[in-house]
Amino acid sequence: MSKANVKIEKPEDDSTSSQILREILTGSATRTLLSVLVGFIVGAIFMVAFNPDVLNAMSYFFGRPGDAFAAMAKTIGDGYGALFRGAIYNTQAQDFAAAIRPITETLRFAAPMIMAGLGVGLGFRVGLFNIGAVGQMAFALIGVTYVATRLELPFFIHTVVAIIVAVLFAAAWGAIVGFLKARTGAHEVIVTIMLNYVALNLFSFFLRTPGLLLEQDGAGTPKSDPAAETAVLPNLFTDEYRLHWGLLIAIGATIFYWWLMERSTIGYRFRMVGFNSSAAKAAGIQVERTFVWAMAASAAFAGLAAANQGLTAVGGVTPSIHANIGFDAITVALLGGSRAGGIFAAGLLFGAFKAGGPAMQVVGVAPEILNVVQALIVMFIAAPPLIRALFRLPQPPKRKPISEWVAARFSTKKVGK
Amino acid sequence: MKLELRGVTKRFGTLVANDRINLVVEPGEIHALLGENGAGKSTLMNVLYGLYQADEGQIVLDGVPQNFKGPGDAMAAGIGMVHQHFMLIPVFTVAENVVLGNEPTKKLGLLDLEAARKKVRELSDRFGFDVDPDAVVEDLPVGVQQRVEIIKSLIRDAKVLVLDEPTAVLTPQETDELMQIMRDLAKSGTSIIFITHKLREVQAVSDKITVIRQGKVVGEAQPTSTASELATMMVGREVDLKVDKNPPNLRDNFELSVEDIHVEDDRKHLAVDGVSFRVRAGEVLAIAGVQGNGQTELAEAILGLRPVLKGRGAIAFGDTYLDGLSVRKRLEAGIGYVPEDRKKDGLVGDFTIAENLMLNGSYGKPFAKGISIDFASRDRIADQLIKDFDVRTQSAGTHAEKLSGGNQQKVVVARELSRDVKLLIASQPTRGVDVGSIEFIHERIIAERDEGKAVLLISTELDEVLALADRIAVMYRGKIVGIVDANVSRETLGKMMAGVAA
Repeated sequence: MSKANVKIEKPEDDSTSSQILREILTGSATRTLLSVLVGFIVGAIFMVAFNPDVLNAMSYFFGRPGDAFAAMAKTIGDGYGALFRGAIYNTQAQDFAAAIRPITETLRFAAPMIMAGLGVGLGFRVGLFNIGAVGQMAFALIGVTYVATRLELPFFIHTVVAIIVAVLFAAAWGAIVGFLKARTGAHEVIVTIMLNYVALNLFSFFLRTPGLLLEQDGAGTPKSDPAAETAVLPNLFTDEYRLHWGLLIAIGATIFYWWLMERSTIGYRFRMVGFNSSAAKAAGIQVERTFVWAMAASAAFAGLAAANQGLTAVGGVTPSIHANIGFDAITVALLGGSRAGGIFAAGLLFGAFKAGGPAMQVVGVAPEILNVVQALIVMFIAAPPLIRALFRLPQPPKRKPISEWVAARFSTKKVGK
Repeated sequence: MKLELRGVTKRFGTLVANDRINLVVEPGEIHALLGENGAGKSTLMNVLYGLYQADEGQIVLDGVPQNFKGPGDAMAAGIGMVHQHFMLIPVFTVAENVVLGNEPTKKLGLLDLEAARKKVRELSDRFGFDVDPDAVVEDLPVGVQQRVEIIKSLIRDAKVLVLDEPTAVLTPQETDELMQIMRDLAKSGTSIIFITHKLREVQAVSDKITVIRQGKVVGEAQPTSTASELATMMVGREVDLKVDKNPPNLRDNFELSVEDIHVEDDRKHLAVDGVSFRVRAGEVLAIAGVQGNGQTELAEAILGLRPVLKGRGAIAFGDTYLDGLSVRKRLEAGIGYVPEDRKKDGLVGDFTIAENLMLNGSYGKPFAKGISIDFASRDRIADQLIKDFDVRTQSAGTHAEKLSGGNQQKVVVARELSRDVKLLIASQPTRGVDVGSIEFIHERIIAERDEGKAVLLISTELDEVLALADRIAVMYRGKIVGIVDANVSRETLGKMMAGVAA
């Protein structure tokens, strides 16, 4: 009996959206892997459906069905084979050094997505939807580009100062959101989206305006001077590989995130607020203040990603330097379940997609397929019941009588008809 | 329509929520279903409404056995239900809400809102609902929203109307209005099942009373029964709840004093209206009263979760004024708090027991070193507390939401009592808790008192109040009716709970 009563007495402020978010975030590793698998399978269907050889073989399918199946297998093999060669290990390379170049590219692309993904993930753990990583990066890029192109500092110190400035700029931009939420109750999704526009346009204004960040003797296109050599993130290996110190920063950030969220009292209070803010209040936590700090911390990670981009831009920073990493970060955080390890792995996967895209294009598969796969993976993750139904996974324990409520609505309709 | 439940049994796993329940509701009768929280009232009504399927037994309407597959079937058969939490769409008008799911249409499937408006107006006039069909629901007071729910059922021709704890959300005036509506509806032939655990309302409005305890019907009563007769039937285990205790050993080292405070509830109504009392070290002061008379708000105000209206009154603890201090400062000043709703305010369900035990102790020793959690120390403390407080669990790593109500409450009590508290505020400390845990928690509360701590107990359970209290303050409509010694009779307390000063 207590069961039934408890359900009915559940507090109402536990909104449905946070309930869904919680289920997404507490999803099992199994479900995540299955989502990735299903994403690839559906991606394969797309490849097959739009391949001219397959379509041609389908035209005489009943004459020789073998041809059609062979063409399908070849298309899928070619496509994902190219992805593998482009993102992990190039089996067609001349020597070993060239063969492992793709994996270093994957790591290079993955690094900023991991950094920003950690930031978005931190927000999720506190119950905040930070859709503003793009804007936080853009604002941080103003600072980092200024430091890298306008200041003269010794080697290494210059880089460190630039990174710190990026983190502080981003954190300040993020704190605005937390402050507005705490003070006025403004929803962080709307505020972050709007601040994205403000920051992106501010950034491009700085890049376009002489005397601010516009390159000193350029043709007037919005672009900064190249970063000072003392500030650039150095390459990790020889110049044959473009992989730079950003990877180490990403690894460091991941370890720090793990410590912060799982081991420190700060992360413990963050999670407490995310799970149950009224219990946090009764335990003496100032929930509003926590929102401000959490938004600042979330944005700080996006600031690292901004530093990664700003300090490695070849020939200067352009308005498109943020490369939509701030949006990919949302996907990465969702796929990674907002856990340190998960986000790192998800960042690697999406880095591989970015690195492998061009190779797929070479064999005649549209790289847009990868975007579709990417989107599908997240869709499956965001729809836990769908994956559960596909693979007959067990139902998680119910927390709220949502299904009962739906049942009540549903049967009402039937009666009406 | 005559409703009969015959031998209805509903089990959840090994738990029997309803055990062969028989109930007959005559046409035009107001039938009160009385029982404690967790007695099985809501489950029974969910079976009646088709939300649950009974494992055994029958629902019979006018002699015809029914087989409800879902709420749709129940509604079609003429059963309407008004849930404790309303199921209305806040941004829709009254007319739009009442026809939702059953919309009258014109040609081409166009919505015929005019017909809906007319129906609402008809019903409103007939029963004196005073509801404007064009008002947007979110602008209406809760009492009127409830009438919209009732109209929703009536428009679907409900002959049996189930009201699930309808007065839990109402002000006393709204309650009186609802009771008048119930009488009028009954006069027009609608049967009403009125679920509640408030004795006064049962006596005021019902024609017949069925008492349920632990899933079983324990008897029927007439509205002329006294409150104490009804209470005994409802609780039925006076003897179980006797706690051995010595007379209080009052000390003078500190006390909580509350002077003339005023507190508003979430709806900005004055919930605590000029309350003053003192709790001295070494005594248990119980705040008794029917649920919703301001006790919750009082407790929250003392802890700082809810502001005290400025300009009048003050709360002092020892030699510090608490007014203006943050919740954290008050906790650190030595207040322990067992909240009324442990799932909402007392625990984080997704946290482990160990994590829950440090909920308000994350700022320093023994749970943290600097800003790092001291896992070794935390786990040692957790294991010790689990043993001391007899929490039945496999390990300290079990998530709190997996525990039974009694064990969850023991975790909360363990956390609060293991801190160095001088004042314990325990709000409904044994609600939804099994008898074994109730006794354990009661003994711990008395042990705290004997150690020289001040205890403020807030409880709507008369037995609990009588078992634990040294002095009893009764609250009614936000005011303290009187403060009496614990040897007062039940009758006197009952009268005080209805607002009559002793």
